[in-house]
Amino acid sequence: MSKITSEEIKHIAKLANLKIGDKEVNKFQKQLSSVLDYVSELEKVDTAKIEPTNQTTGLQNVFRVDKVRKECSLNVKDALSGTEETYNDYFKISAIFDEK
Amino acid sequence: MEIPLTIKKLHQDLIDKKYSLVELIDRYLERIEKFDKKINSFITVSSGYAYKKAKELEESMNQLEDKSFKKYPLLGTVVAHKDLFCTKGLRTTAASKVLTDYVPNYSATVVNKLEEAGSIIIGKTNCDAWAHGASGENSDFGLTKNPWNKDYVPGGSSSGSAVSVAANFSMFATGTDTGGSIRQPANFTGVVGFKPTYGAVSRYGVIAMASSLDSIGHFTRTVEDARKIFGVTKGEDLKDGTVKNTEYPKTEARLRIGIPKEYFIEGLDKDVENEVRRCSRIFEKEGIELEEISLPHTKYAISVYYIIQPAEVSSNLARYDGIRYGEKREMFDDEAKRRIMLGTYVLSAGYYDAYYLKAMKVRSKVIEDFEKAFKKVNAILAPVSPTPAFKIGEKVNNPLKMYLADIFTVAANIAGIPGLTIPSGFNSKNLPLGFQLLGPRFSENILFDLGELFEKVTNYKPSIAKLS
Repeated sequence: MSKITSEEIKHIAKLANLKIGDKEVNKFQKQLSSVLDYVSELEKVDTAKIEPTNQTTGLQNVFRVDKVRKECSLNVKDALSGTEETYNDYFKISAIFDEK
Repeated sequence: MEIPLTIKKLHQDLIDKKYSLVELIDRYLERIEKFDKKINSFITVSSGYAYKKAKELEESMNQLEDKSFKKYPLLGTVVAHKDLFCTKGLRTTAASKVLTDYVPNYSATVVNKLEEAGSIIIGKTNCDAWAHGASGENSDFGLTKNPWNKDYVPGGSSSGSAVSVAANFSMFATGTDTGGSIRQPANFTGVVGFKPTYGAVSRYGVIAMASSLDSIGHFTRTVEDARKIFGVTKGEDLKDGTVKNTEYPKTEARLRIGIPKEYFIEGLDKDVENEVRRCSRIFEKEGIELEEISLPHTKYAISVYYIIQPAEVSSNLARYDGIRYGEKREMFDDEAKRRIMLGTYVLSAGYYDAYYLKAMKVRSKVIEDFEKAFKKVNAILAPVSPTPAFKIGEKVNNPLKMYLADIFTVAANIAGIPGLTIPSGFNSKNLPLGFQLLGPRFSENILFDLGELFEKVTNYKPSIAKLS
């Protein structure tokens, strides 16, 4: 597996909505490359006939009754209590699209 | 009055009316005020919250009298919550600037269960930001020091919780263990650390790190107390679909403990190795058979972990957008940025199969190793970390070196099995030593029984770090 390039660092930072400076690009490129180098040892493990594991509980399709439970919901006031700007009981955010 | 070190002693004192709960809170707060400035184990001390709860419980005790302990199995136990646990009305930061001013509107299930059982919240403990770290140095609120020797780290990520118990700032403390974040700091600070089976304790309301690995556990001074608290925290809450009420098998009369040869590798500190061997012989003397076992994929566990974990981290931390609550994403520390980017990378098209899918397959192999081993033995005894607590600053500039401190703990998270760290002594630098027990899923009773046996035959007495 090849090392991660500075272009790739910039690209994934953008995907993850992180702003990183040029100096940081170099630092992260070096650090992430060494981690990727290390984890590439997994290539040595033969997993040809192995099923992947994504969780360990063995539980599947855990259902509950489709009923609103008060203790699991927040009222509007509580839901908005962590934000600075609201508008008519909504969160106020910056525009996402800049063209009409 | 002296602060009691175990729940049993506390309850005897309360029956004997040696002090009131308000006086008990006074004593804890005095200690925190006097000693915590130098070791920094708390982010928030909640004295108002604690006195209010103490007074409520006292009123209830006056009415219920001797029935109090039945209603409140953890009556009067002072708890410090890792600052990843949402506490209604009490600031919860994840030790990150992103959540500096975040005050949750609800409490984690575990927080509620513990309060209903009579515990009293004294504060929120420091940790590596977002639980990313193995030393307690990666907090936006300053590093935490090891109370036994202040030049050394307390371990992480649940650094402040471990220290709060070791320094007697609380009766017990909660923590999260995603790759060793309870067991390793417990080992570094000489307290009991318990990581339950994945799916035994609800994760609801605990700030998520890696959702298929996160386990909600606690720090205590004795195994008996760890068991008591687990009795309260375990079980379904309908808010975490991975948790099911289940049977916990009883311990068999004849037990076998496996010693995994892959855990005694080059680079393992001599004191750590000798102590683990010495402790295993103590079990042998009690009629428990020791057997060397092999967990051949142990050496790949760290690599599996550092693919799956950042992948899940990148997804969980995506919700911090600075819109509904919290600060902007610029406020993430470097380690969070590294993990978000690493996770984004291994999940991205073109790399998914090579990294993420491969890691999930090797995860199956690690699990298979344990399944094979548990056909032969009831539990596994192993070192917790390759070294005792390391020096402050020793690994901060080398992320990969820091990641390797988790080498003996991550496999339990990958397999979803329970683990119990038990303190057993000290090295020449006054740094704690100990070992961990691992068992099959839902084998908590066996781990607790073995731990209690160890404490009994070694005449174990909890000790508190001397502070100045």
